[in-house]
Amino acid sequence: MAWRDSRGSHTRLVLAMTAMMIGVAALVAILAFAANVHSAMATQAKVLLGADLVLNSRQPLSADMAALLATVPGEQAREIRCTSMAYFPRSADTRLVQVRALEGDFPYYGTLETEPPAAAQHFRHGLQALVDDSLLWQFDAQVGDSIRLGTVTFEIVGRLLKIPGEAATAALLGPRVYIPLPALAATGLIQPGSLLTYKHYMKLPPESDLTQLLETLAPHLASQRLESETVQKRLASMGRAMTNLSRFLNLTGFIALLLGSLGVASAMHVYMQDKRTTVALLRCLGVQTRQAFLVYLLQAAALGLLGSAGGVLLGSLIQTFLPMLLRDFVPVSLPVRPAWGAYAQGGLLGVWMTLVCALLPLVSIRRVSPLLALRVAADTTPAARDGLRWLLGLLMGLSMVAFALAYTERWAYGLGFCLAIGVAFLLLTATARLLIMLVHAWVPASWPYVWRQGLANLARPQNQTLLLVLTLGFSTFLLLSLALVQQMLVQQVERKGEAQQPNIVFFDIQSDQRDAVVQLVRTFALPVQQQVPLVTMRLSSVKHQSVEVLRNAPGTPIPTWALQWEYRSTYRDTLSATETLVAGTWHGQVSDLDRPIPISLETEIAHTLGVTLGDILVFDLQGVPLTTTVQSLRKVDWQRVQPNFFVVFPPGVLETAPQTVVLVSHVPSNALSAALQCAVVQQFPNVSVIDLRLVLATLDTLLARIVFALRFITLFSLVAGVMLCVSAALTTRTQRVRESVLLRTLGASRRQIGQILTTEYLLLGGLAAVTGVLLAVLASWALSLYLFEAPFTPTVPPLLLTVLAVMGLTVLIGRLSSRGVVQHPPLDVLRDA
Amino acid sequence: MHASPLSSLLSVQHVSKIYQHSTGPLTVLQDISFTLEAGATCAIVGPSGSGKTTLLGLCAGLDQPTSGSITLASHVLQDLSEDALARLRNTVVGFVFQSFQLIPTLTALENVMVPLELRGDKHASPRASELLQRVGLGQRLQHYPIQLSGGEQQRVALARAFIHQPRILFADEPTGNLDAETSAQVMRLLFDLNASAGTALVLVTHDLDLAQQTQRMIRLKGGMLCD
Repeated sequence: MAWRDSRGSHTRLVLAMTAMMIGVAALVAILAFAANVHSAMATQAKVLLGADLVLNSRQPLSADMAALLATVPGEQAREIRCTSMAYFPRSADTRLVQVRALEGDFPYYGTLETEPPAAAQHFRHGLQALVDDSLLWQFDAQVGDSIRLGTVTFEIVGRLLKIPGEAATAALLGPRVYIPLPALAATGLIQPGSLLTYKHYMKLPPESDLTQLLETLAPHLASQRLESETVQKRLASMGRAMTNLSRFLNLTGFIALLLGSLGVASAMHVYMQDKRTTVALLRCLGVQTRQAFLVYLLQAAALGLLGSAGGVLLGSLIQTFLPMLLRDFVPVSLPVRPAWGAYAQGGLLGVWMTLVCALLPLVSIRRVSPLLALRVAADTTPAARDGLRWLLGLLMGLSMVAFALAYTERWAYGLGFCLAIGVAFLLLTATARLLIMLVHAWVPASWPYVWRQGLANLARPQNQTLLLVLTLGFSTFLLLSLALVQQMLVQQVERKGEAQQPNIVFFDIQSDQRDAVVQLVRTFALPVQQQVPLVTMRLSSVKHQSVEVLRNAPGTPIPTWALQWEYRSTYRDTLSATETLVAGTWHGQVSDLDRPIPISLETEIAHTLGVTLGDILVFDLQGVPLTTTVQSLRKVDWQRVQPNFFVVFPPGVLETAPQTVVLVSHVPSNALSAALQCAVVQQFPNVSVIDLRLVLATLDTLLARIVFALRFITLFSLVAGVMLCVSAALTTRTQRVRESVLLRTLGASRRQIGQILTTEYLLLGGLAAVTGVLLAVLASWALSLYLFEAPFTPTVPPLLLTVLAVMGLTVLIGRLSSRGVVQHPPLDVLRDA
Repeated sequence: MHASPLSSLLSVQHVSKIYQHSTGPLTVLQDISFTLEAGATCAIVGPSGSGKTTLLGLCAGLDQPTSGSITLASHVLQDLSEDALARLRNTVVGFVFQSFQLIPTLTALENVMVPLELRGDKHASPRASELLQRVGLGQRLQHYPIQLSGGEQQRVALARAFIHQPRILFADEPTGNLDAETSAQVMRLLFDLNASAGTALVLVTHDLDLAQQTQRMIRLKGGMLCD
C-alpha cells in the first residue's frame, strides 16, 4: 500500500531524498576524511617529528650539555635555523628564506621528499642546497642553478617537495633552504644579534626508555633554557590542531545535514497536506489511523534509507577529493581508505534525521477526519494543541543538540554552536520576514501586473518562501562572509603600503654597517624613515623571583614563552607614532646607573608577566644583569609596518651594548624594491629584508588556499539549498500549473506567464541574497571589529555581484523546475472541478 | 487574426474531437454544428461524458477541434496562434467555472482586475470595485478567496467574467459547487449581468430547470447532437 500510494509522487519524494542525500554525503566525506587523518597520524606518529627527541634552544649548546648529550646512545643530528636573504645569481632575484643548516642523518623517521630523490642525501656535503619547490617555481630556477646565502654560493641539487611533519603551507610563510651545517659559518649569516634556533635531533635505540632519559635531562634542560619535544608532545599539539580542523569540518557537515533535514521536513509537510484527502478516503474505507500512519511512515523510512545509502555512496566518492583539497594544511600523507565507521555513522544519522523530521508532519494524519473526503472544509483539531507534535519538535531539537555535542566533543562548543546556529537562523528568519513584509508593503499598485502577480505568488498556498529564503540566504551568508573576511584581511595589509607608509624593513644590520646601508638606500633616492637600534636580552627575574624558580613553580601564571623570550629591545627618549602612553610617566635620559633603570613596557606583555608600574624586572644582557623598574605602560599598534617593542629603554644605558639596527623605508615600485634588495644582498649578505608586497602576496596566496578549501566545504550547504529550491519549485508545481492555466484562460500570453514566473524567482532570489548579504556584512563587520581589530569597509560591487548571482541562480533553478508549466492546455481549467 | 465573413458571434461547423489513446482513438465529439447570435443565450446539456465541457472548451478557444471549424467574433479559431487565442479570450470571452478558479494569492478586488490588467489597463480598480459592489461584495474587496464562502467566491468570479465587457460568456456548471439558495442568487446575478451587458451566454449544466431559462438548448449524447 505504501508503495502504491507513493506512485505519482516519486519525483517529489526523490528530491526530498536528494536534499538528505547531500547532507549525508557531506557528513560521510568529512567523517571519513577525519578518520583517515587520525589513522594516518597514528601510523605516521614518529614521522611527525622525524626523531625520538628534539631539543630546541635560542643559543648554542653549552660544552657541558653537549658532553652530556654525547653520552646518550643512538644517533644525533644538529640543525641551526635562521632567516636570510637568498639571492639567485642567474635571475638576480632575492627573497627572504628560512635557512636550515643540517648535520647528521635527520630525519630518522620518514624522508625529505626531493626531486631528484637522491638529493635528500647529496646536499649534506660541500656547498650544496635543497630549495623549496615553490621558491624555484617563483623564480623559474632549476636544479643545477646557484643560490647565494650570505657570502657563499651553493649549487641547488634538489627541489624540496615535502618535509615530514610539516604542512605544505609552511613553505608559503618562509620558503625553506637546506644546506650542510659546516657551510653555515662561512656564509657570515651568524652575526651578533642574529635570531637563531638551535635544534638537536636524537634517535634512540629501540630498547631505550625515553621517559627516564627526559627525567635525567630535565634539570639540565631547564638551566640551559632548552625545550624538549617528543613524538607524544608533537602528536598532542598536532592532534589539537587536527581536532580543531575536524570540529570545523564536522560542523560544516552538520549544517549540510541540517539543511537536508529541513528539506525532508518541508517536503513531507507539503506531501502530507496533499495526502490528507487520500488519508480521509482510506479512513472512510475502513483503514485504521494506525494503518494509515504506517503507510506514510514506511514511505518516510524508505526515503531515509535510500537517501542515506545514496549519501554514503556519494560521500565516499567526495572523500577521495578532500585530501587533495586539504593536504596543504595537514602534516601527514593522507591515504584514502574506506572508513566504515564513518559510513555507518552518516547512514544511521541520515535515517534517524529523516524519520524524526518526517514524523512531525506525519502525526497530523491522526487528526484527519474521514469527513474530509466528503467536504473540503471539514475541520480538524488545531495542530498547536497536539502534544505529540510538541514532543516530536523537542525530539528533533534534542537530536540536533546531541549531534552537535557528539561531533564537537565539548559541551561548551556543542551548545555554543547550536546556539549560534539557532541565532543565525532566527536572524535569517527575522530578516527574511521583515524583507518579505517590506516588499509587500512597498510594491506600489502602479507596478506592472506581472510584477505584482509574481510578488503575490510568494504567498501562494503551501509556499516555501521562508524556507527558501532561509536556505539560500544561509548559503549566501556563509560563502560571502568568507570572501569578505579574506578581502578585509588583504585590504588591511594593502592599506599599510599606501602613500608614504613604510613598506620595506631591513634588519640584522650590524652597527658598523649602519651608515653604509643608509647611504645605499639614499642612492636609490629613497627615504630612510627610521633607524632603530636593537639589543637582544633575556629575562632573569620578575619581581625578585628568578625565571628558573618561576618556570618550575607549580601553577605559575606566567607562560614559559614569556619567561624564555629573547627580548629584542630598543632605546629612545620619545614615543613612536604607533605608541600611546596609558600609565606612568615617560622616561628621559638616564644618568644614574646605580638605581633601577626606568623602562616602558607594552601593556599586553606587562599583563602576561603580571607586572605593573614600579615592579622590578632584571634582564640578562649577554651575562650583564640590568635591573629595571616599570615606569610606564604603552599601548602599541602592532599592525603598522615598523619595528615595535615590548621593552623600551631610556637613552644612556644600551648605547655600548652589542646591537643591530633596523632600517625602515618606503619603496614606490616593485622594480625599485627588487633592485634595492639585490644591491643590499650583494653588499651586505647578512642583512635581511621584509618587503610588504611579498607579505601581501603571501597572505593573499595563503588566504586564497584556505578560503578555497572552506568554500568547497561550504558548497555542500549551497547544493543542499539548491536541491531544496528545486524541491520547493516542484512541490508547488501543481498550484503553479493551475494558476498558469487559469491566467491563460483569462487571456495571458505565454510571455506574461513566463514573466510572472521569472519575477517570482527573481524576488525570491533577491530576498535570499539580500538577507544573506546583510548578515554576511554584519558578521564580517563583527569579526573585523572584535577578532581582527581592523577597519571594515566592504566594497559594494562584490556585494551587488553576489545579489545578482544568487538571483540569477534562483531564476535559473526556478525556470528549469517550472519547465512545461505553460505547456498545459487551458482546457485543464475546466477539468479541474 | 483573420476575420471571417460570417455574421453570427459563434459559429460551430462540423466539429469533431478525437483523442488518441494507447488503446485506440476516442471520439468525444462528432460532427457538431450550431451558431449563436450576439446577445443570445444557450445551454449545453447532456449526461456525464457526453462531451459538454469539451464542446465549451473548443468554442472558447481553449482547445482545437480535430476537424471542422469554429468562428468566434469573426475569427476562425484554428487560424490563431496560442497567444492570439489568449488575446481573443482576453477581449471577447468571459468565463465562469464550477470551481470558481480564483487566484488564492490575490484579494477579491485584485482577482476581478486580472483580465483588464493583463491588457495593461491602468484603470481596472474603479471598474472592479463597481462590479463587486454590484454583486454585493462591496465590503469584501480586500478579502482573499480563502476568507470568502463558496457563493461569495462565485460572485467574485462573476464580476471578473464581466469586467472586460466580453461579447460572450462561457459558464461551466456555475452552480455545481453551491447549495440551492446560493445557486439561485448566483444565477439571478448571472442573467442580470448578461442582460444588462448584452453578452451572449453559453451555459453548460446538468440542471434542466436552469437550462430552460436560456433561449436555446443544445443536447449532447455520446458526443453527438440530439434534438
